[in-house]
Amino acid sequence: MARFVRWYGSGPLHLLVLICSFALTGYALVRLFALRPLDVAIWFVGAAILHDLILLPLYSLADLSAHAVLRHRATRVPQPPWINYLRVPTFLSGVLLLVWFPLIFDLSVPYPGAARLPEGVYLGRWLVITGVLFGISALALALKMRRVRRAARADEERPARGRDASP
Amino acid sequence: MHSGGPPPGSGSPSGSEPPGVDDGHARRRLERIRAGMAARAARAAARIRAMAQRIGRTPPPPGPFRPGFWRSPIRGPWLTSVFGLLLLVGIPVLFVTGMLSYAAYNPDLGPLNDQTPDKGLLGFYLFDWPTHPYWLYRLTQGVHVTLGVVLVPVLLAKLWSVIPKLFEWLPVRTVAHGLERLSLLMLVGGVIFEFVTGILNVQLYYVFPGSFYTLHFYGAWVFIAAFVVHVCLRLGRMTRALRSRSLATELRTDLAHTRPEPADPDGLVPIAPAPPTMTRRGAVGVVGAGSVLLLVVTAGQSIGGWLRSTALLAPHNRDPGSGPNGFQINKTAASVGVLPAHVGPNWRLEVHGNGPTLVLTREQLLAMRQHAAVLPIACVEGWSTPDQHWSGLRLADLGAMAGLPDAGSVLVESVQPPGPYSSVVLRGNQIHDPRSLLALRVNGADLSLDHGYPARIIVPANPGVNNTKWVHRLTFRT
Repeated sequence: MARFVRWYGSGPLHLLVLICSFALTGYALVRLFALRPLDVAIWFVGAAILHDLILLPLYSLADLSAHAVLRHRATRVPQPPWINYLRVPTFLSGVLLLVWFPLIFDLSVPYPGAARLPEGVYLGRWLVITGVLFGISALALALKMRRVRRAARADEERPARGRDASP
Repeated sequence: MHSGGPPPGSGSPSGSEPPGVDDGHARRRLERIRAGMAARAARAAARIRAMAQRIGRTPPPPGPFRPGFWRSPIRGPWLTSVFGLLLLVGIPVLFVTGMLSYAAYNPDLGPLNDQTPDKGLLGFYLFDWPTHPYWLYRLTQGVHVTLGVVLVPVLLAKLWSVIPKLFEWLPVRTVAHGLERLSLLMLVGGVIFEFVTGILNVQLYYVFPGSFYTLHFYGAWVFIAAFVVHVCLRLGRMTRALRSRSLATELRTDLAHTRPEPADPDGLVPIAPAPPTMTRRGAVGVVGAGSVLLLVVTAGQSIGGWLRSTALLAPHNRDPGSGPNGFQINKTAASVGVLPAHVGPNWRLEVHGNGPTLVLTREQLLAMRQHAAVLPIACVEGWSTPDQHWSGLRLADLGAMAGLPDAGSVLVESVQPPGPYSSVVLRGNQIHDPRSLLALRVNGADLSLDHGYPARIIVPANPGVNNTKWVHRLTFRT
């Protein structure tokens, strides 16, 4: 048993569960790959690569860049942490685009003929939703900034008055 | 670590003995050879162990393989487990509703209903799809598609939270580790494949390589095999991580008090965390907001009524017209090549069964006793219509006219040129439900051409595409 664990790297139950799973995987994969195996394999593995090695690095990089570009702007007034006012609407608008992009960009050729519905409405709607999301976010940031600055001014004035009063 | 080499004492042709020497001498030589080989095997094993150790000490290449590369201070087992728990609830619902949808097509009734004739054991669970409750398919498929869409942000967040594991170093440490990572490729490839094919299909964006039914069905089995293993191997870790922090406390923690989780053996928690820019509460909240937003712009197409117009980005969010026939259309007549000439005055309904073939005009059909049924149309794409008032002839009555009052199945053929679902087989329980009609009229008017004029099938709880339109032949069988 100890030898097995040393050789395999885990207990025998681990191996049994995985073999069980791979048997089912194999059974289904043979059928999944029955027609156009190369294309299906590209889609299957490509799906993971597209997300893990392209989409995720791109949005991480976008986030880091936004942070780096806007962080060092010197301001005399105190700033609330603003990055999330950019992140949240971008994320929300982004997931809508990610899910519904074929309709938004009119890519679905059979759609208008099949459903007897015009396709052209989606881009406008997505842009309006995006605009509203960023608008709400901008409003929330403006309110937050006003609060922060008022608090800062109040802080400045209070110690100043305190010094004046002292003999 | 690997330890290997040939087992001591295994035979090798290099030490073979010339024949014709005495037994004792031979035995001694055999023992010497055996001892020599054991020593050689031990040396080989030691060499392999040393090599494995050297490989194990290989420093990670620069970039994402370095442990300091991933810096988000909120990444950690607790956050991963929150998203994992949501998927642990959601994905089994997706799988079960998906498998129900497969059963709803009654694929065991023959090749016309079956897009996956080589399913083999994967169809082990198939059962006679019921007609009660009449909204069953509307519910299960509405949940399947809407939930799939709603889970997209959760899935993205879960994958984001475990990305350092993709770049763990060494890539393969033991056999167990290697097999588990292969299974993870099936898990991640499978889940994205399923979400992508499903989401593209509901938008009729047929760019995937092959028939949607085949890809989505077999893909689901590949995925679920890896999913079950993943749950088996990680459930304990997930519950421990969830118990490690209180949700209520996390929801009260602000940015100033957001700290990384304690270091974990999986390496999700960064060793060099950046200053926090978002709380865990914020991360869970923004993912939840994404899901709610997707729900709002999608669910209306499955609920109907005034809510349909709230499904701003869903494919069936507007009615294609007004009046009695102004409800959602799956495929228009023009899109499947049904021309007005096919269904003009020369159209006849043929009814085959036990006896002479009946050939009936639409006027003759309308002159027979009409029955009413209030039923929705629910599509595999997740959208559905509210209940419509259909009227026409009961399938059971037509079967009796054809001399088969106890018909076990009926083959329904459309004037539609041959293609997927231009004909379909319905089962006995569907024929004998009194609400199953060959409908001639809907909501008090004749069927429109796009809704199947002159006659269409409507069966409770039947997937929309099996409610064949432009019917011209019914063949009842025992």
